[in-house]
Amino acid sequence: MTDIEPDDTVDARGAACPGPLMDLIGKIRSAESGDVIRLLSDNDQSLTDVPEWAEEAGNELLAVEERDDHNAFYVEKA
Amino acid sequence: MTEHVVIVGGGTGGTVLANDLADRLEPELDAGDVRVTLVNDDPDHVYKPVWLYVPFGQREPDDGRRALDELVDDAVDIRIDRVSDIDTESQRLRFDGDGPSTEYDHLVLATGSTLEPDRIPGLTEGGHNYYSESGATDLRDELLAFTEGELVLSVIGTPHMCPAAPLEFVFMADDWLRERGLREDVDITYTYPIQRVHGNPHIAEWARPIMEERDIQVETFFNAESVDPEAETVTSMEGTELDYDLLVTIPPHGGIDLIEEAGLGDDGWVDVDKHTLEAEAAENVYALGDTADTGVPNAGSVAHYQAGVVGQRLASELRGRPATATYDGKTLCFIETGMDAASFVEFDYENPPSPAPPSEKLHWSKLAYNESYWLTARGLL
Repeated sequence: MTDIEPDDTVDARGAACPGPLMDLIGKIRSAESGDVIRLLSDNDQSLTDVPEWAEEAGNELLAVEERDDHNAFYVEKA
Repeated sequence: MTEHVVIVGGGTGGTVLANDLADRLEPELDAGDVRVTLVNDDPDHVYKPVWLYVPFGQREPDDGRRALDELVDDAVDIRIDRVSDIDTESQRLRFDGDGPSTEYDHLVLATGSTLEPDRIPGLTEGGHNYYSESGATDLRDELLAFTEGELVLSVIGTPHMCPAAPLEFVFMADDWLRERGLREDVDITYTYPIQRVHGNPHIAEWARPIMEERDIQVETFFNAESVDPEAETVTSMEGTELDYDLLVTIPPHGGIDLIEEAGLGDDGWVDVDKHTLEAEAAENVYALGDTADTGVPNAGSVAHYQAGVVGQRLASELRGRPATATYDGKTLCFIETGMDAASFVEFDYENPPSPAPPSEKLHWSKLAYNESYWLTARGLL
């Protein structure tokens, strides 16, 4: 478990690809620089999609938390 | 007691459902046991797929408009009004102006998508689109005058109506410009928000080589952040800047605010059970088409199939029987690959799409369906 406190959370559990990544991008779009967004996704594709996009966009993927039936991604907006 | 079914939204989903119920519940409607009201804020029904063809001079916006009262069965009450409040506790709708409120026993929300270009600074001034009647006619004027330079098609955000239409537009523009001898003087660039050219990996895998063959440049991981209409540039959240001479975008979409205000879901999309299409946050409320957050494409075929499911479920409920009909994610799309060829896909929650080889026959099938769509709206096809 991480002790990172997110500023906002996007719950994309149940969404098919590319829903979770697009939900994250939508939330980052309206976030302030330095905000941390937590994405909850149960889609395995997110494990590659999210790090790839975060790197491309220059945002930092602070942590990926593996939970029982989904993953939590913590992304800080640059 | 008369049971009142209210459908909000007279697009494909709402209109097909109204006619479906008129047919399915004919005895109950005749006896006055059930009343069906279709609410729309425009007297016309609009068939949006026509807009793709408007910029290329092949169709007119009026080809996609028919009066609702000509399409919808007389057994359905049509109310031309705009809903101002959805109260799911007291099961009541209120309307703009002085119109009386109405109670419902069963509510179906089919309010669809609206364009929100103002979410991107500079987009309203700098961008064109074919996702509205005025957008499509303005774009037609621009395209007719466009003989050289950078044509950029940018998909800004998903979900958006008709996920195939951005691919169709660049394939058609490529072909149309070639036919007119202008292609060598025009660069076409297609941008998409994620790492491939379409949300669905199977369709993306199919489309990418066609784009390479046709010399359509691709920018993936491109989420437009702002448009500078003076400098004619579009800049992405990822830091890429593209020059354009003609910018065509799929603007950000949203549902109507009333849905969020009613606590039914975020961004105007209703949280539903993706099989029963019942709203998760309220009793006796269904959503269908773009309005229902199911994760399937925002496409007319989806609204059409979902309307059949909701029609069956409502009929069962009104007759005191368990509702058993469910939606399996069925989606069907023709995809234009030029001015005289098209592909076709069919998929559902379990089975991914496998695009058919493009052919002239499929292109004519698409055009033929667009004509026979009016039979779908009437609940006949």
